[in-house]
Amino acid sequence: MAFKVLVCAKQVPNTNEIKINPETGTLIRDGVESILNHDDANALEEALALKDKYDDVEVIVVSMGPPQAKDMLLECLAKGADEAILLSDRAVGGSDTWATSNAVTAAIKHYGEFDMIFAGRQAIDGDTAQVGPQIAEKLDLPQVTYVQKFEISEDRKTVTVQRQLEDGYEVIEVPVPCMLTAIKELNTPRYMSIGGIFDAKNKPLHVWSAADVAVDLNTVGLKASPTNVFRSFTPKPKEPGVKIEGDSETDLAKNLLIKLKGKHVI
Amino acid sequence: MAIKILKDKCIGCGICFKSCPADAFEFEAYDGNKLGKVAKINAKCTFCNQCLTACKFGAIEEEKIEVADDLDDYKHVWVYAEQRDGKLMNVALELIGEGYRLAKEISEDTQVCAVLVGDGIDHLAEECFAYGAEKVYMIQDPLLKNFTTDGYAKVLVDACYEYKPEIVIYGATHIGRDLAPRVAARMNTGLTADCTRLDVRVSSYIEYADKNTTLDTSTLDPNDPSTGIKQTRPAFGGNLMATIICPRTRPQMSTVRPGVMQKREKVEGATGEIVNVKPAITEADIRTKIVEIVKSAKELVSLTDADIICSGGRGLGDPSGFELIKEFADKVGGVVGSSRAAVDAGWIDHSHQVGQTGTTVKPKIYFACGISGAIQHLAGMQTSDIIVAINKDPDAPIFEVADYGIVGDLYKVIPEIIAEWDNAEALYDASTK
Amino acid sequence: MNFQLTKEQEFVRKMVREFAETEVEPIAAEIDKEHRFPVETVEKMAKYGLLGVPFPTEYGGAGGDHISYAITVEELSRKCASTGVICSAHTSLCCWPIFAWGTEEQKRKYLPDLLAGKTLGAFGLTEPNAGTDASGQQTRAEDKGDHWLLNGAKVFITNGGYADVFVVMAMTDKSKGNHGISSFIVEKGDEGFSIGKTEDKMGICASSTTELIFQNCKIPKDRLLGEVGQGFKVAMSTLDGGRIGIASQALGIAQGALDVTLDYMKARKQFGKSLSKFQALQFTVAELATEIEAARLLIYKAADMKDKHLAYGPAAAMAKLFAAETAMHVTTKCVQLHGGYGYTKDYPVERMMRDAKITEIYEGTSEVQKMVIAASVIGK
Repeated sequence: MAFKVLVCAKQVPNTNEIKINPETGTLIRDGVESILNHDDANALEEALALKDKYDDVEVIVVSMGPPQAKDMLLECLAKGADEAILLSDRAVGGSDTWATSNAVTAAIKHYGEFDMIFAGRQAIDGDTAQVGPQIAEKLDLPQVTYVQKFEISEDRKTVTVQRQLEDGYEVIEVPVPCMLTAIKELNTPRYMSIGGIFDAKNKPLHVWSAADVAVDLNTVGLKASPTNVFRSFTPKPKEPGVKIEGDSETDLAKNLLIKLKGKHVI
Repeated sequence: MAIKILKDKCIGCGICFKSCPADAFEFEAYDGNKLGKVAKINAKCTFCNQCLTACKFGAIEEEKIEVADDLDDYKHVWVYAEQRDGKLMNVALELIGEGYRLAKEISEDTQVCAVLVGDGIDHLAEECFAYGAEKVYMIQDPLLKNFTTDGYAKVLVDACYEYKPEIVIYGATHIGRDLAPRVAARMNTGLTADCTRLDVRVSSYIEYADKNTTLDTSTLDPNDPSTGIKQTRPAFGGNLMATIICPRTRPQMSTVRPGVMQKREKVEGATGEIVNVKPAITEADIRTKIVEIVKSAKELVSLTDADIICSGGRGLGDPSGFELIKEFADKVGGVVGSSRAAVDAGWIDHSHQVGQTGTTVKPKIYFACGISGAIQHLAGMQTSDIIVAINKDPDAPIFEVADYGIVGDLYKVIPEIIAEWDNAEALYDASTK
Repeated sequence: MNFQLTKEQEFVRKMVREFAETEVEPIAAEIDKEHRFPVETVEKMAKYGLLGVPFPTEYGGAGGDHISYAITVEELSRKCASTGVICSAHTSLCCWPIFAWGTEEQKRKYLPDLLAGKTLGAFGLTEPNAGTDASGQQTRAEDKGDHWLLNGAKVFITNGGYADVFVVMAMTDKSKGNHGISSFIVEKGDEGFSIGKTEDKMGICASSTTELIFQNCKIPKDRLLGEVGQGFKVAMSTLDGGRIGIASQALGIAQGALDVTLDYMKARKQFGKSLSKFQALQFTVAELATEIEAARLLIYKAADMKDKHLAYGPAAAMAKLFAAETAMHVTTKCVQLHGGYGYTKDYPVERMMRDAKITEIYEGTSEVQKMVIAASVIGK
């Protein structure tokens, strides 16, 4: 019986490359590539490291998104995952985190038995950090978020993790199966390997519809989502600041301090 | 809310395409106009509503949401008053202040209530009252001594079912962001993460938006009497701001970034009602076991609490530059921050990082020294009261957000500021004569 | 005709680009300055299959094609031409002839370790008196019944100081000229085989370029690669493929130089505007970008022909000739576009310009490429 490790992953736009057009205030998205979400890469890496350690570990990547997200899953397969699942259906479009967790949970249940789930802490496009815990809730699994170190017991029935806190960390023991969300401190993700790239097409990549996973359509998609976007906008550029003038560094320093003092902030 | 294209009004000009961050517009053939085509929204739509005001012909409309009418049973604003080791987190006090503002926006008789979960924490009620809480829900049990997801989620969900708060806000800390999604999912309600602005009244949202954003508020009605929460948060790495609502379910829940909201003036001796909630919790409910809690041996950086932050970036040139930054911070009573570039270069620990992937700060003065001002950095510090940028490159983007800019060599300028710091008053007086 | 990369080829580019940006670029200036062979990078390339791209999985290769291989060398060279040539010399000049000319036993013996990067390969043809005219081989191999005895020396051998397996040409019958040359597999540690001096070069300073010295070097009979007298064919077919590798290296250098130059031109302001806003400079950039793209198409076409087992020799020669001259032209222009800064070691274009020069020289000078091309165009 294989030890099955699921990894929840999301394809996201590389938000580092997005810029705002200062004239129109709109996002410049030309040429912005879609990537495997950063924290999810750490989640996948930890699963693959477990596979490196134990021959019977199988790594299955689960995602939800448009059909183009297959590319991201192929990348996961090229890194060494065994199988990939994409839940793709217009019916789940516009889902907020609650509805997304319902959809992904349905896909996981449709997949069947598993031993562990790794997810990234949060996705760089939304930064919510909610879907992992919400999937854990729907699957009634214990969770540990912000995992920065991971160890599994000899019998693979419990894991011991370090959970990062703002001012240190907790060491937590949790029984398997469980949901762990990864942060970048957990590991350094591997690259795809050239051999893995050419082998990926030989591995199973399932694309499932909402009907395939038999999800209740009243719990997914835009209309079922408890939260909705009311408005969105680009941040306002601030009024131009003041350049401090001065003939020497001393003058510059003095003139700055005069300004600050004038504002009553020092 | 879904977007609708009114085909009879659309002229097929494509102006709306430019407003869309998701590339979700395409054309479809249509006989009813000159160009023979109308805009159509494809599956890439993220429902961000950016396009609503883009159309000059009134062809884009939002589909109205039906609001359930049994929401009125839910009352009052709850603040999850996070404590660790019997000490309240600063963000709890900020949220009590914010919760107070929201409660009074809803109605005079809406209260802000602090919810305290832990063991042996009776003493914290007083502090919550002093900072504006009108009621404290106290949930104590030895099993709740330390935070566990299972334990805390269970007692909080039980309390929410029993007392039916209208709004629950949490600090977006490593604990708040672990707990809140679990509670919201169990109650099948909405949760919005990492909010930086909350509003209840449409009029105050309009006021905020007009002052601070590019949002066209002409489609909003300032006399709208609805009091659903409007939760504004950054998305797309801070490139886009989104305001989220939770119209159909209660309680409405948000996590809020530490350091963003204002505490109220402390009123010593203020009191209020304490409700002791008996938690129904057993050991079997808690599946995780805390083996150990380790406080970081690292120098504790409290960037969020700092009044002055002196940050260094790639422009320092090498790690030793932080010695000067430290000296600067010591002189001005500030804390050392850094850009991501300096952290990535290994010059300083990640705990000093300010920005989208680091800490969000809002000090009174932010000194950006040798920081170019990448968007990720700006996202974490641009709401600082005053930003001072010192950079050799006059075109560095940091100058675009800076209130005061000095173009010069930081290694020459900063020592002068340090030297003159104590003379500031005299300099100012002399300058006004 | 199909000018689109396959999904796999796109992934190879994405992977190698990420690898080069993370593992190669940060040390490129340092290893150039220190003339240090990047052993640590070679280990990482091995781990991710970069040292066995265009070979079947049954021998431990990655199962890729030659366009993927060209992309691999291109992307490595975009950040560091030394790292690019380590991969190219190993793959094209050692692994390939063993794969193409070796017996099944030889392939089973050498390829798995070579393709996994556990061993590194090199190729020995050039001699002090036999450069472009390879037929002037003075290294001799004598059939001693139960072994071969090699005597002579090779020069300018890429990877020489760090290779474990060498494909070496030697004269077995001087009277037959080119037909008297045979090729052999020599292993590091073989009796009578040693590495001579390491060249102090103008560019690709982090690559290892050495002499190979054979003094009564005794190797077993089964080290003959191909048949006796086939050595010239082995060498020429190997160099045909090698040209794709070097052309890719040249392409990578040119593209890398243009990339950093564009960044510089956007940031650098003169007369109140960015360099990138001056039309005269824009035109220069347009020309350079066009040359680079033309080189890329010639290379991918040659690689595609190789994958399809077509006669790709002249195509590879054209690709190498054009890409090498493009690399030299582009890097020279890029230094110019940087002005004084471009001439300093603070900016990478200076290194790229030095690195580019070798691509016009090794694995057949531009003049040799023209001979090959002319012969195919004019006929004999």
